[in-house]
Amino acid sequence: MPGVVHVQTTINGNPTDFLCEPRQSLLEVLRDVLGMTGTKEGCNDGNCGACTVVFDGRIVTSCLVLGVEAQGKEITTIEGVASPEGLHPVQQAFLENAALQCGICTPGFIVATKALLEQEPDADEGRIRHWLAGNLCRCTGYDKIVRAVLDAETKLNA
Amino acid sequence: MEAIEYTTPKTLAEAVQAMADKGDRARALAGGTDLLVQLRGGRRSADLIVDVKDVPELNQISYDAQDGLTIGAAAPCYQIYQDPAVAANYPGLVDSASLIGSIQIQGRASLGGNLCNSAPSADAIPVMIALGAVANIAGPNGTRQVAVEDFCTGPGRNVLESGEVLVSVTMPAPQANSGASYLRFIPRNEMDIAVAGVGSSVVLDASGQNFVSARISLASVAPTPVFCREAGASLSGKAVSDEAVEAAAQLAMADAVPINDMRGTVRQRIHLVGVLTRRTLNIAIQRARGEE
Ligand SMILES: Cc1cc2nc3c(=O)[nH]c(=O)nc-3n(C[C@H](O)[C@H](O)[C@H](O)COP(=O)(O)OP(=O)(O)OC[C@H]3O[C@@H](n4cnc5c(N)ncnc54)[C@H](O)[C@@H]3O)c2cc1C
Ligand code: FES
Ligand code: FES
Repeated sequence: MPGVVHVQTTINGNPTDFLCEPRQSLLEVLRDVLGMTGTKEGCNDGNCGACTVVFDGRIVTSCLVLGVEAQGKEITTIEGVASPEGLHPVQQAFLENAALQCGICTPGFIVATKALLEQEPDADEGRIRHWLAGNLCRCTGYDKIVRAVLDAETKLNA
Repeated sequence: MEAIEYTTPKTLAEAVQAMADKGDRARALAGGTDLLVQLRGGRRSADLIVDVKDVPELNQISYDAQDGLTIGAAAPCYQIYQDPAVAANYPGLVDSASLIGSIQIQGRASLGGNLCNSAPSADAIPVMIALGAVANIAGPNGTRQVAVEDFCTGPGRNVLESGEVLVSVTMPAPQANSGASYLRFIPRNEMDIAVAGVGSSVVLDASGQNFVSARISLASVAPTPVFCREAGASLSGKAVSDEAVEAAAQLAMADAVPINDMRGTVRQRIHLVGVLTRRTLNIAIQRARGEE
């Protein structure tokens, strides 16, 4: 009989233990088991990017990762982006540039953007649009999002 | 998704054992970008998920100027296109690995999963065929090799038997003056399923003016990826010219047996095979000449 599995992982720098069934996605575990509802569910099939988290150094769609795969891994979610001192520059830029309306896509965009700018601090607009092609937004039309990313990039490089 | 068991074998022998014990009720898990969607949607079912990502042979990417390139079946796309030896020697493979899904999907999706999922539209298979890749398979009865062009047998079906796992894919070392390329047509810029795709590879002579050999393969225009044996062979010994490329494109079009569906019509798809064959051959020629 498939049972419940004990998983030990690290989320936003904190050692974290949880119990889950092998069929549960990492997204389900984050939201329903751990109560970390910052990571959003849009499509549940890998297309929308609302559930983006950093998994062992790469952005992935957490709806297409099993919770049990988190064993021994390092995960960063939207809850790990801001610091006690305040918002991350990417978050601040999204606010200042009005890069969100309903907000459901925003955590995914912010996690993906932060990963891009850490890896490629000089990404140009084309690269930004390409990198974010796996994040869908039904509200903004993307332009304000791209402007926010360029703004965050300028501030981070200042 | 239904209740399911999960195991993480640490060796190839353990992976094969786990697969063999459950037979058809076991499924290997690499990046999960096909499998988890299919299990959730009820298109596949399984009692046991065998996560093969901890098996060393399935993760390696190794290149040797003699033996060529071996890519572990579970190595994700980003590791493939970030590998300096792959980038330098197999730009055609980089074309495919860097257009599958999104950056998020490329963080997980593997070449092995693309092959084993055996979708007619799989974007990594045509270029593997064009490069003469061989699939290395392990099972309860030992190991065997199958040419990638003989691997898929129908939509979602392939030569793997119960208990077998794909270990890796091996591509021969590139010959002098060779090049390859993959292109697909999709109505958007990113994140879509190919209406048609073509992978081509060429070997030129030292002058760069004559074909020594060529291989061409198609996606999304038949129940399986198509290896266009005659189209490639038609170029052997010919001078590089628009006429020779056009003749090969015509032969490739003759091998396409597509269907009408929401993504495209038969006529459009056959037309696209012609366009993409010409373009991929011309890119492969440029790469073979070191012009790109
Ligand atoms: C949003 C999205 C976009 C996508 N875009 C593209 C695209 O542009 N082009 C494209 O070609 N595909 C695309 N795909 C499909 C998918 O990402 C690819 O086919 C990918 O390469 C599958 O690899 P994986 O490692 O995730 O495979 P998995 O899902 O882990 O496995 C796929 C299948 O192969 C079997 N399998 C895996 N490894 C082995 C092994 N070693 N031995 C035996 N069987 C094995 C599994 O049991 C399963 O049946 C997309 C998917 C999503 C969700
Ligand atoms: S919810 Fe995961 S990609 Fe949409
Ligand atoms: S702000 Fe509503 S989906 Fe992006």
